Amino acid sequence: MSAAPIFEVKNVWVQFGGFSALSDVSLAFQPGQLTSIIGPNGAGKSTFFNVLSGSIKPTAGSVFALGHDITRMPQHKITRLGVAKSFQITSVFPQLSVLDNVRIAMQGAGRRFDLWTKRDSMIEQIDKAIEVLERVGLADRIERTAGTMAHGEQRALEMAMALALQPKALLLDEPTAGMSPEETRDMMDLIVGLAAERTVILVEHKMKLVMGISDRIIVLHHGEILADDKPAGIRANSEVRRVYLGEES
Amino acid sequence: MTAITAQASSTSWFTLLARRRVALAILALAALLFVAPYEALATNIIIYGLFALGCNLLLGYTGLLSFGQAAFFGLGAYGCGLSIVHGGAPVLVALAIGVVSAIFGAALIGAMVIRSRGIYFAMVTLALGQCVSAILYEADFWTGGENGLRGIAASVANFGVFKVNLVDPTQKFFFVLAFVALALILVERLLASPFGITLEAIRENEKRVIACGYDAQATKWLVFVLSGAICGLAGALYAIHLSIVPIDIVNYHNSGLVVMMSLLGGINTFFGPFIGAAIFLMLEDVVSKFTSHWQLVVGLLFIALVLFFPRGVWGTLLARMRSRS
Repeated sequence: MSAAPIFEVKNVWVQFGGFSALSDVSLAFQPGQLTSIIGPNGAGKSTFFNVLSGSIKPTAGSVFALGHDITRMPQHKITRLGVAKSFQITSVFPQLSVLDNVRIAMQGAGRRFDLWTKRDSMIEQIDKAIEVLERVGLADRIERTAGTMAHGEQRALEMAMALALQPKALLLDEPTAGMSPEETRDMMDLIVGLAAERTVILVEHKMKLVMGISDRIIVLHHGEILADDKPAGIRANSEVRRVYLGEES
Repeated sequence: MTAITAQASSTSWFTLLARRRVALAILALAALLFVAPYEALATNIIIYGLFALGCNLLLGYTGLLSFGQAAFFGLGAYGCGLSIVHGGAPVLVALAIGVVSAIFGAALIGAMVIRSRGIYFAMVTLALGQCVSAILYEADFWTGGENGLRGIAASVANFGVFKVNLVDPTQKFFFVLAFVALALILVERLLASPFGITLEAIRENEKRVIACGYDAQATKWLVFVLSGAICGLAGALYAIHLSIVPIDIVNYHNSGLVVMMSLLGGINTFFGPFIGAAIFLMLEDVVSKFTSHWQLVVGLLFIALVLFFPRGVWGTLLARMRSRS
């Protein structure tokens, strides 16, 4: 556990007006781990997620990712370092085909300003995109317009888009929100599979979901770290039970 | 592998035609010469269609509503006209100067407006467009001010191996059409490129585009400049076509007009802007022969068309053909 951390958050504060969404949070994430961040509503989970992905800039403190100071770095550059994220609210390109959705994510890493190559001739990219879609179980949907698919399929597509970036770290914000139990199970299986190859940080409201799969669980409460332990330790933590398990099994 | 077979299996007459849309578009525009009541109107239509095509790159493909595109049409027209009137430039050089002027204008204005969104973007482009208009109006020593720029001597375009007589309306039409065709080919190529799909992705979901590692601001700036270049080419051709540059083409009315043409034709289509330009200019031409209140009649027809063709005339027709094919 002595490898250089893939993410490091030092004394981060995020304030909205007079309200502190995060108060003096310091955390380091080791490569290769699946860490879940849980907490009741309003605990600061999403804020913390957005600080890591760069869409919220901290009021004070600093953030490092893959050896770079990303505290004030524009979001698209953080992505290019190898940090992909999924959104809490399904976020695809609804009027474009499933294949194009993934291909757009793919070319984000390279041919962003290519005004001349014909996309139809980029066979290699098409094949790679199909591979990624096979992985999330959407290989038979490539021609579909993304916005016309079922909710669970759109979430899977979003996962494919994050994977297409070939990220070193994957940030997932409630990836199973609004999914059926069956879809949720498939998604969790997929996440476990992905975590074998890279660092995954998962923000989740439902504690039950993450207990079995996480290497480490961080509990946030009122913008502060309440607990930071292995799942077994979290289960035994009476403080966590009081603020969290008490309200929802 | 799979993508290719999937494409082949879904091939219908509609997709076959769609693949040849640039060639078909050029043929259709050439046919205007015989459809329009007189050559000058046909030339006007393809110039305004080109203007709307440039506007549509922003509006239809990237989802940016600019109310300042007349500035770039105007910079193209004045750049071209001034270099002939004051510099005695040959026609082809003057056209190039017009386009370059528009590119510079769009690069500068683009850098100022690209951070704003939605209605703010529309308002800021409108305001800066009016600044360009005011500058051209005030610089009357050079531009002729409110009288417009007069005396553009453009009777011959010399291509070296052959010459085009621009006094002849038919030759002038084909001269203009050649540039419109070139723009169509380039825009088609652009839309088929990785950059082209990025534009549509920005229209669909800009946050997602950023999360895929794109610099959305830079992408939008570049398409703003490209759009400005096309609008500028249209303006430069307009200066050659009319031999004068009226000051009101730089006014926001003209920006609004070209947005209306795009909407009328269908902003999510490749050829729609030309259809919109053709409908509007033909209506104007026909109706104004009968009544001086032609704007009222055209306005009512516009309302009717928007009601019955919500995706624009061409957009709605395409959708129907696609579902039947």
